[in-house]
Amino acid sequence: MNIHIKNGRLIDPKNNIDAKQDVYIVGQRIAAIGNAPDGFIAEHTIDASGLIVTPGLVDISARLREPGYEYKATLESEMDAAVAGGVTSLVCPPDTDPPLDEPGLVEMLKHRARSLYQARVFPIGALTYGLKGEELTEMAELSDAGCKAFGQADAPLTDTRVLMRAMQYAATFGYRVWLRPQDSFLAKSGVAHDGEVATRLGLPPIPVIAETIAVSTMLQLARETQVQLHLCRISSAASVELIRAAKRDGINVSCDVSANHVHLSEMDIGFFDSNCHLIPPLRSHRDKEALRAGLRDGTIDAICSDHSPVDEDAKQLPFAEAEAGATGLELLLPLVLKWAEQDGVSLSDALARVTSKSAQLINPKMGHLTVGAHADVCVFDPNTIWKVEASALKSQGKNTPFLGMQMQGKVRYTVVEGKIVFSSF
Amino acid sequence: MNNPQLNKHGELQHLLSTEGLPVRILRNILDTTDQFVSAAAGHEIKKVPLLQGKSVFNVFFENSTRTRTTFEIAAKKLSADVVNLNIGSSSTSKGETLLDTVDNLCAMHADMFVVRHAQSGAAHLIAQHVAPDIHVINAGDGRHAHPTQALLDMYTIRHYKKEFHNLRVAIVGDILHSRVARSQIHALTTLGVPEVRVIAPKTLLPTMVEKLGVQVYHDMSLGLKDVDVVMMLRLQNERMQGGSLPSAQEYFKHYGLTQEKLSQAKSDAIVMHPGPMNRGVEIDSSVADGPQSVILPQVTFGIAVRMAVMSTLAGGK
Repeated sequence: MNIHIKNGRLIDPKNNIDAKQDVYIVGQRIAAIGNAPDGFIAEHTIDASGLIVTPGLVDISARLREPGYEYKATLESEMDAAVAGGVTSLVCPPDTDPPLDEPGLVEMLKHRARSLYQARVFPIGALTYGLKGEELTEMAELSDAGCKAFGQADAPLTDTRVLMRAMQYAATFGYRVWLRPQDSFLAKSGVAHDGEVATRLGLPPIPVIAETIAVSTMLQLARETQVQLHLCRISSAASVELIRAAKRDGINVSCDVSANHVHLSEMDIGFFDSNCHLIPPLRSHRDKEALRAGLRDGTIDAICSDHSPVDEDAKQLPFAEAEAGATGLELLLPLVLKWAEQDGVSLSDALARVTSKSAQLINPKMGHLTVGAHADVCVFDPNTIWKVEASALKSQGKNTPFLGMQMQGKVRYTVVEGKIVFSSF
Repeated sequence: MNNPQLNKHGELQHLLSTEGLPVRILRNILDTTDQFVSAAAGHEIKKVPLLQGKSVFNVFFENSTRTRTTFEIAAKKLSADVVNLNIGSSSTSKGETLLDTVDNLCAMHADMFVVRHAQSGAAHLIAQHVAPDIHVINAGDGRHAHPTQALLDMYTIRHYKKEFHNLRVAIVGDILHSRVARSQIHALTTLGVPEVRVIAPKTLLPTMVEKLGVQVYHDMSLGLKDVDVVMMLRLQNERMQGGSLPSAQEYFKHYGLTQEKLSQAKSDAIVMHPGPMNRGVEIDSSVADGPQSVILPQVTFGIAVRMAVMSTLAGGK
């Protein structure tokens, strides 16, 4: 479809554009920015007066729960949530049931996602069979099936030799390895940051060193194997410092943080709020500030939603027994905007963390509105204020620490490959 | 954030933790306990009709004999109807959730729940869930809190020491896993005890424990120096498996309360223990049965304190 998005403020971080410019879409691609291409006839015009036009968001950690956990969420419900949140591409971790360790599973997931004509799905392949941390998967086969990277989701890989072999093998073929750093022995049975709040509430703790020991090991292995390492959802000041130093030393590493951890700390657990039971745990105020500083100086490349829908019953339990996770796809954009406002970061810099910079980690062809690129666009109203409540969320997961809070910024149109897949007024 | 233990008039609605309880409520419970104890005047506490027609459900998701029994006696002395449920961990394996169980008991017209659960925060979860005319008493949740134990300990201390503002108190043992210790610390600091010490090896202390307002000691002789009250904690046998301690014998050598170590404390110091005791592990028999021990009076006071808590809740509507 030929679409003319007019009168909007275009923010395209990759191309350094922040100006009032029109966007012209022909078929599936961006045809022109600014002036209409020759002979352009709009079949659909979006009046973006007072709105911001930006590349569709690339969320690099969102669980869709398929296959295997359809009682928590389905592809249909979560893809609806994605486009309602302006997310046009998402990366899903391999911890489905069965895990994404066979090409057939990956193909099926991609096929199911494509048939819904909504956001694009980029599955992370399992690094080891069954995520058991023992035998390497057929990465080349999985790569052919569509996996752009390989990881363990939250499953431990305790055998350091297997980890090193996995990195060496991945490096051989240029595959990225995505890992969430955590020493499983130190984190065993823990549910909250090892600090003042866990001590007061008597919650089994997860110390910061459970993360930093793993970060150190992974960074050393990355240096040794030359693999492209991505560290997922780091949570602590000490990790930010280690990664900052590693980047300075030229190690090929990137990392992300969840939007929850940019805004929340252990204090938000209050009186055992199970919505704040997250993986990794919400850490101290100081850690939160260090994560923000890491984002500002570029140590942390991207912000993800860490969307992990959980069914209601699984949260109505004592904190430690409640399932970890929160819905996030529809909160990613307003939480990024809130961070930008609070930290005095320009909208362009902030949006880069969920567009160009997050796309860079998975597929550099996405996350920008360069002429010729796929027309994945998000048009949002930066001023609309809305309240986070179950009825306002399309995701099947209704639990989030932000329940009841006000958010500023609401998506009006989402376009994927030149097709308007979401609109709201 | 609202205090989940108080109603909108600032009265006690649930007893979930000693943390965040106003000192007036703590003192009021201790004063009310006094009335039940002096009503006893040396012999048995008389039955009073304060909870007549009310149903108290003792819901124990974790086994306990002593605490459940003292709650049962206390409720009966207040003329309540008492129902005991030892649910253990089996109900959840049958598929019923904690809150389903609670809903079913509410449908049986419970007025008050006494809850013990292996998970920290279970009593808070139940308190948030029940109707506003139902009261919840936390009889121990995970590592978090055991407020009635702490209150009976405070009552015992006041009974023997009269005041709180001039005391030095030491808590000895597995602070990390102890809900009793956490509740004692909050109660002691709220009541104005100027110096609370914790004595334990580093493996049995929680991170940033000093933020709770205590001084940390690893050497028991130093820690007991000139204290007025020694509060011992029970050592769970599991601690030897998780790498927290090498052996019960080595623990006793460093942290077991012997007459020799007790001699560091003031000569009139009292020795307390929440029970059940591991003789020869955390406490020597000669101390447990010795003249400074107030361990058995603690148990007796436990009934009166629980009567005071229940009657405060019932009267606070």
